[in-house]
Amino acid sequence: MSNLRYGYVTGPLLGALWLVVLSTTVSVAMSFATGDAFRPSILLSLVWGAVAGGLIVAIGRNVIVQGIITAAIIATVMIGFGPMVTGESAGTLASILGAAILGVSFAVSLAVILTDINPGELTRHEFEAAVIRFLTGFGYIFFTAIVLIPFYVMVMTSLKNQAELIQNPLDFSIDLSKGWDLFRSYDELFRQFNFGTYLLNSFLISVLTVFITLAFAIPGAYAVARLRFKGRAAFSRSILLIYMVPMIVLALPIYIAFSMTGLRNSIGGIILIYPVTTIPVALYMLQGYFRGLPAEVEEAGLMDGLSRLKVIWKITLPLSLPALASVSLYVFMIAWNEFLLAFMLLDDPTKFTLTRGIASLDSSEIPRQHLMAGSVIATVPIMALFLGLEKFMTKGLTAGSVKG
Amino acid sequence: MTDLSPPRGTGPLAKREARLAWGLLSPTLIAVALVVVLPLLAIFWISVKPVSLADLRPPEVVLREDLRGDAEAVGDEANIRYRLRNSSQEQPIGGVSFTDVIPEGLTVGTLDERCTLDGQALSCDLGDWEPGYRENLMIPVTIGQAYLDGGIEPGDSDAAVEGKASNVLTNSTFTFDNFARVFDGAEFWGVLGVTMFYTVFGTIGALLFGLFAALLLNKEFRGQGILRGLYLFPYVAPVIAVAFAWVLLFDPFSGSANALLVQMGVTSEAINFFGERPLALIMVTVFEIWRYFPLSFLFILARMQSIDTDMYEAADMDGASPFQQFWALSVPQLLGILSVLFLLRFIWTFNKFDDIFLLTGGNAGTRTLTVNVYEQAFAVSNIGAGAAVAVVIFCCLLLFSVFFFKFISQEEGL
Repeated sequence: MSNLRYGYVTGPLLGALWLVVLSTTVSVAMSFATGDAFRPSILLSLVWGAVAGGLIVAIGRNVIVQGIITAAIIATVMIGFGPMVTGESAGTLASILGAAILGVSFAVSLAVILTDINPGELTRHEFEAAVIRFLTGFGYIFFTAIVLIPFYVMVMTSLKNQAELIQNPLDFSIDLSKGWDLFRSYDELFRQFNFGTYLLNSFLISVLTVFITLAFAIPGAYAVARLRFKGRAAFSRSILLIYMVPMIVLALPIYIAFSMTGLRNSIGGIILIYPVTTIPVALYMLQGYFRGLPAEVEEAGLMDGLSRLKVIWKITLPLSLPALASVSLYVFMIAWNEFLLAFMLLDDPTKFTLTRGIASLDSSEIPRQHLMAGSVIATVPIMALFLGLEKFMTKGLTAGSVKG
Repeated sequence: MTDLSPPRGTGPLAKREARLAWGLLSPTLIAVALVVVLPLLAIFWISVKPVSLADLRPPEVVLREDLRGDAEAVGDEANIRYRLRNSSQEQPIGGVSFTDVIPEGLTVGTLDERCTLDGQALSCDLGDWEPGYRENLMIPVTIGQAYLDGGIEPGDSDAAVEGKASNVLTNSTFTFDNFARVFDGAEFWGVLGVTMFYTVFGTIGALLFGLFAALLLNKEFRGQGILRGLYLFPYVAPVIAVAFAWVLLFDPFSGSANALLVQMGVTSEAINFFGERPLALIMVTVFEIWRYFPLSFLFILARMQSIDTDMYEAADMDGASPFQQFWALSVPQLLGILSVLFLLRFIWTFNKFDDIFLLTGGNAGTRTLTVNVYEQAFAVSNIGAGAAVAVVIFCCLLLFSVFFFKFISQEEGL
């Protein structure tokens, strides 16, 4: 390791690796954006990256060096000898654009990574700081890419048609001239596949689940958090235990019981079962929050003549509104995303939830873009809700425990 | 004489508090007992019963009723016909009987000897039936004026049917075939091996990626909130949506991932990511890591932000390098949350069903224990065998939770 700690080794090394990362990223991004053939050349990336890293370490980090590197990358890409190779199908404009993005981003970011790297021997601190900056940059690109690509594919596929997709699976560019026709899959889902009803069903079921869960969990959580009784510790542990029983184990007897009592295939049956799956987690999250509330306020209320139930209603609940919001959001999310029970218990297309509706689209007779449009319809509301209330969500999840 | 010892036992106040506590808890307790404890007991019961999917509909007496013959004028002769059958081809029904009300204005002629008439109420006792038994029962009647005026057909009043069928779910037939089948041969060990691979690597992977992501976001910068929200997407989106997006992305014929790999020269022909052994198992594990790293990331980040920064400043002054600080300061601080997360995620990954079910349906060497429950119960229609697998899962779970509670008591509050 200590051999690496010389500026003229560290610089070219990080430069080479960084250019591989960036040329791969830009190639993938350009391919997904235009559908044209872009690919990284690993070997040339290593070579040119090392040269650029050496240049920055030797001459210094200034605009002139950065300009030279940018120009060199654009030039080499255009003559086909650069870190990124463009196929014949790629237009000149796209090639120049890709090369420019690669050149500028590489020159700027490499200078940042190699801050404080001098040609001579480096302290361990300087060397590791540079490596960490490299890893950080790589991490941002990596995580953003793996998170975004599936969602990008989902949205773009829903706007295209089967023939276009099979012809070039990489071409996600959309023809804006089509106008509203782009959203044909969505239109068909709502008109022919009842997705409006499913959306309503899902919404209704999720909201009801939230209210029923809270109605059960608030008193329970309060009892566990505040009141002294025999078996309290055992109880709060068994909540966690229940929470670990896999749904598929319970789904089988529930399926049998619902088949025999005629509750299968009814929204009522689903509403009966969903809250029970969420009560333990809601109870656990809420009791953690209740414990953190100062008991003195409640005792003052008791002294002033309020009954316990009044204390819960007038003091504890108003104080725990943020926790109630995060628990509600979390329970809503579980109910909205629930798939297994809806899949097993609902067979009648008029009573489907969204997730069950999407599952029914998974057939060879229904085009792919419908499946993806259905997925988008199910994803967008929960995402919007989540992004709007992200603070609550993050707090709530980490305050209590969480079900996967 | 004053007693100075502290009061013993539970006083009235404490009793009242305990009563209130149980009162507040009872709705939850009842609901959980009904939907968790009862099904768990049922699973143990079913696992030793020879039940198949078809047995869920118990045999019953099917009865149809209509009026045969002319019923135009007073004095016409007609027959009320009862068509009866046993719905099951396999099981007998014992003590079949039914009662029905004959509409006003119909005079019953000679009765079948098994039937009796009390006013207008007809009751027939038809004895025991073989599987698949059918019978047509004719009740001759004479039409009266009241019938023509009333307009009530014989079929308008529903006949009440009774009959006892032995239900395989409640009778005393027991079998260990289900367990024998589950543990039979190499298949079970294959399934267990797949489950362990998926669970261990899925858990460790999600933890490591979560740790990496948390390290990235453990600093203040513009857009940190946006990135944090973005990195939670896989966890928040409905599993069915993201699973299908993955299936589409990695499709061997029209998948973008394959097109990209071919174009980059990594592979010359399309790879069937979700259809080949052992690639399919690796892919579902990768999906699991992708979907659940946000959760680990969130918990680890929350823990990181509560670590005192003074410590790092002191280490900096003493000349510790960033990696040294990470190993010597951060890792020990995070060990508690990491071990709790490991246990939690281990158990939940072990329990995971939807992901694999949606991605591969348990094909191509990806059948885990949970998928096996579904497979046995619904694909093979052997509910008993499915329940037996569920019992095996439950026993593993009990084993894990012993470990879990040993650890969580040290790291209470998560």
